[in-house]
Amino acid sequence: MGCASMTESKEYLTMKGTNQGIIVYLDDQCTFSKLLKELENQIQSNMTHNKTYITIHCQNRYLHPWQIEEIKQMVERDSSLIVKSIKSNVLTHDEALTWFEHATVKTFVKTIRSGQVLEVNGDALILGDVNPGATVIATGNIFVLGKLKGIAHAGYTSNEQCVVVASHMNPNQIRIANKISRAPDYEVEGSEREFAFINQASEQIELDEIHNLQKVRPEIADLAERGF
Amino acid sequence: MGEAIVITSGKGGVGKTTTTANVGTALALQDQKVCLIDTDIGLRNLDVILGLENRIIFDIVDVLEERCKIQAALVKDKRFECLHLLPAAQSSDKNQVTPEGIKQIVNELKPDYDYILIDCPAGIEQGYKNAVAGADKAIVVTTPEKSSVRDADRIIGLLEQEELEAPHLIINRIRKHMMDSGDMLDVDDIVSTLSVELLGVIMDDEEVIKASHHGNPVAFQPDTKASICYRNISRRILGESVPLMSFAEEKGFMTKFKKILGMK
Repeated sequence: MGCASMTESKEYLTMKGTNQGIIVYLDDQCTFSKLLKELENQIQSNMTHNKTYITIHCQNRYLHPWQIEEIKQMVERDSSLIVKSIKSNVLTHDEALTWFEHATVKTFVKTIRSGQVLEVNGDALILGDVNPGATVIATGNIFVLGKLKGIAHAGYTSNEQCVVVASHMNPNQIRIANKISRAPDYEVEGSEREFAFINQASEQIELDEIHNLQKVRPEIADLAERGF
Repeated sequence: MGEAIVITSGKGGVGKTTTTANVGTALALQDQKVCLIDTDIGLRNLDVILGLENRIIFDIVDVLEERCKIQAALVKDKRFECLHLLPAAQSSDKNQVTPEGIKQIVNELKPDYDYILIDCPAGIEQGYKNAVAGADKAIVVTTPEKSSVRDADRIIGLLEQEELEAPHLIINRIRKHMMDSGDMLDVDDIVSTLSVELLGVIMDDEEVIKASHHGNPVAFQPDTKASICYRNISRRILGESVPLMSFAEEKGFMTKFKKILGMK
């Protein structure tokens, strides 16, 4: 009986070493309780004392948030393993919609005027001016094909990789994730074709000419890859 | 069937009431039947600028509360047969008036007039909503100051949400020398920021203050700078294409001389 369960268990868990670290594939046909039990057995028989990061992949099984938590706790409780991430091939309908919402560019053909607040999920493309006193908030990047003279908040609330690009840059404020930078107290002319980003070294919002965007954020167009 | 135009600005003190009185007068000078409606309930001024204060018997709130017929409340101008005023109430407050009420009044007046100009109170609350409710078109008044351009932008944003034609812009109190020295926003900057069509500019002119003081709108005088500006605006409203007045004031010998030398 014990022997039988051993051979059976081998099929429930498959471990693979890849250049991204160890990935543990979980069978997606057996029951969840069987899976947990199997994980427990394997961890106890393969104890290691080195801190090791693993990725768990549940293939075509959908895990509820509480199940994910359970797996994490189970793995990290008695071992020095740390679960880096839990992946799956399946998404719920809601998750897919949310992902789609954030992975698309929303286009607006109008002037955003003083007192107006434009809130956007995903990237915002504005074909018009953003006037002083107006605010654009996007979870992704903000592109203004016009004059940016108001407030632009990209990467709302926490994506520090996002940028604000404008054909004419003369904003009241630029906010990215939780950082804010404001215009100087003296009058400025503004500049043409610039973008704002968070410089990881200085941890501040900086401006640069648009042709450097490729160097600073090469992955900017890969909307679908953005994790949500 | 007349056209109802609301004159608004967001910010107070930029010259909405003066503009209403003068554009109305200028339209009347062109033989148009014009009715001016003051919707600044509780703070009425339009009657004072027109010099009609003493003639008011009923006001707009009396009409809305059915204490009198609309014709009884209309005040005839002392200069023109074709210019009428529906005065605001001075003793009531803005909450006694509803957008539906104003709409009804405007619709009732439309068949009898060519133009109905609605003078809007400052702000973006109830009073503004009342004034805009009856209008087909809007004119936004601003001065070349940052604060009033900011508020004009705000009001244009709000007007875009209404079922109106795209608003037109009047820039009031232009001072040529301050625009030249960069101490004031210039006309092109304002039009580019607000991105609406410019209906006209009014030069800053002491005559405007004098005229209001005497209850005689400046547009009535034929020779002042501001009066010509207002008359041009009324012609543009009537569909004529009138070029913007040139701002150049002193074309003296020295200016020409400096121009030749490239000094100016």
